[in-house]
Amino acid sequence: MADSATPLESLVPPAELRRGLQVPAHRSLGWLTDHLTAMPEGKTPLWWWVLFIPAAFCAAVVLPTMLVYLISTGVGVWGNNVPVAWGWDIINFVWWVGVAHAGTLISAMLFLTRQHWRTAIGRAAEAMTVFAVMCAGLYPAIHVGRVWFAWYLFPIPLTTGMWPQFRSPLMWDVFAVNTYLVVSSLFWYMGLIPDLALLRDRAQTRVRKFLYGLFALGWTGSARQWHNYEKAYLVLSGLATLLVFTVSSIVGMDFATAQLAGWHETIFPFYFVAGAVFCGFGMVLVLLIPLRKWCHLEDIITMRHIDRVCKMTLMMSCIMGYIYLMEYFIAWYSGSPYDSWVFGHRLFGRYYWFGGWIMLLVNGLMPQLFWLKKVRQNLVLIFVIAVLINIGMWFERFTIIVGSLYQDFLPSNWHPYYPTWVDACTFLGTLGVFFTMYLLFVRFLPMIAVSEVKAITPHADPHHPLGGAKGAKP
Amino acid sequence: MNPMPYGLIAEFDSPAAVLRAAEKVRDAGFRRWDVFSPFPVHGLDKVMGFKNSLVGWFALVFGGGAFIGSMLMIWFMNDFDYPIMVGGKPMFSAPQALVPSYILLVLASAVGAFVGMVALNRFPRLYHPLFKNSRFAMVSRDKFFLVIETSDPKFSETETRALLESAGSTHLELAVE
Repeated sequence: MADSATPLESLVPPAELRRGLQVPAHRSLGWLTDHLTAMPEGKTPLWWWVLFIPAAFCAAVVLPTMLVYLISTGVGVWGNNVPVAWGWDIINFVWWVGVAHAGTLISAMLFLTRQHWRTAIGRAAEAMTVFAVMCAGLYPAIHVGRVWFAWYLFPIPLTTGMWPQFRSPLMWDVFAVNTYLVVSSLFWYMGLIPDLALLRDRAQTRVRKFLYGLFALGWTGSARQWHNYEKAYLVLSGLATLLVFTVSSIVGMDFATAQLAGWHETIFPFYFVAGAVFCGFGMVLVLLIPLRKWCHLEDIITMRHIDRVCKMTLMMSCIMGYIYLMEYFIAWYSGSPYDSWVFGHRLFGRYYWFGGWIMLLVNGLMPQLFWLKKVRQNLVLIFVIAVLINIGMWFERFTIIVGSLYQDFLPSNWHPYYPTWVDACTFLGTLGVFFTMYLLFVRFLPMIAVSEVKAITPHADPHHPLGGAKGAKP
Repeated sequence: MNPMPYGLIAEFDSPAAVLRAAEKVRDAGFRRWDVFSPFPVHGLDKVMGFKNSLVGWFALVFGGGAFIGSMLMIWFMNDFDYPIMVGGKPMFSAPQALVPSYILLVLASAVGAFVGMVALNRFPRLYHPLFKNSRFAMVSRDKFFLVIETSDPKFSETETRALLESAGSTHLELAVE
């Protein structure tokens, strides 16, 4: 197997046509294959166990315990009260849905716009989407109080003759989140099929060959299969792109259709989409920066990729900053005393004044550091900023939900909100579920889309000398 | 009993080589042949004369059906079978029914695209004669294969072999069922 590196110096185009390489183009197809399948085929590294055991504990012990306690006792074990009827349950729901969105944006939208650099991070981001939506979907299901009636939300013929009523965005949400889960899982799985076939072809044990072979569905890589596959992938990415815009919009409408000051805003659907993508980019960076080092993928997920994700994050941060300022402006300009009250208290209130400042400073101002190339090259700093973005975006949802609810229209109603340990442990449990699934994904499936990465190398281009084109010698 | 021959497998080292070979095989008038590669080779669809994949139609039919079905479902449930006044909103109005219907359109189109891909590729088909060939396992790594089936009317072991050799194949083998 000729895996030697081929120098590219002889092929350098004139300066005005020169573009950076999307993936390390001097690597042969065989090298890429071996390198990218090393993690699913190799020994389990120590760091994996160190992360997996606590994550699996949270997922398998903490979360089920909390769910049993919640369902057997009632929603009162959470800090929710009147008027703050939505607490950490919906905060975490919105947060997880938000985390999911960047994955779809990277894997679907950047595919439609032919951004070849996405191939290196698309699979990992898409997996993040699938697992985050699973965590998100859990919250609305368990926050309904009488969980055993949650199936009333689906249009199932009942002997009572009742139907769900579709005039509420909360109802739309049920469909939006479930659709998002199904579509992103399909998209992710379909992208995996050629790589599952690759792992099947390379499998050394019968069990691996059987399991990978089963899920590869009998993929041979024939031109006819690729032809249908590429079309289906294109259609699915177009549909997934629609979901980037609609899922969080509908989550935003859950709020915007309420009369509550601080929620009743036309900007909300767009606001939630932007916030979701912003938060998701933070999570992409949090996941990829350690993984590229631990899985030795610096050659595949290069500093150029990190740089681009940072720039996307910066753009989203600017949009967020604009929306925040616009909210304050409209609260003043509308002349509504309730709006002014809520937004004034976001910054200078008695209880939750920190929320407004975190939104402005952490989400709006801090990512502006990404204007500096030095910052975009500093992995430790990027990681810290990305973690802070995730925390900042969590506090944004806290501020929007709790900060608007705890002082509603009637002062005698006002009540502060304090989460309980059950709230915290449930959130910890969903974090455990997310990281458990992500670690299993990294361990057993190719984290990088191998066939896609190979397809964008010059070796794969039949009109490039490295792809065997006539008349040019590599 | 000797196993039945399935086809002649020609191995190539680069996408350009297999593309050139595919042109020759097409010009020679073969019908039952295919190219296998680790990734879609640019330009091969044209050489092999594929029409637009039907996957898009699957998505359209599934999605369109779901949209119409969902609009009717919402009208039936909220306006006809169990009308109940909520917040003074109309029992049925297109703008509000559009949102869940649109979501179901996306859901069904995605399922349709996937089902279309699976059906048109005749998945799941866990067995294929080529899987028996040990060199063919390299197809998902970095090798390119052109296979002409023995059932092709123009197939002749010697002539087809000569054609593929002249097309620049690095290794030729007869695969069995």
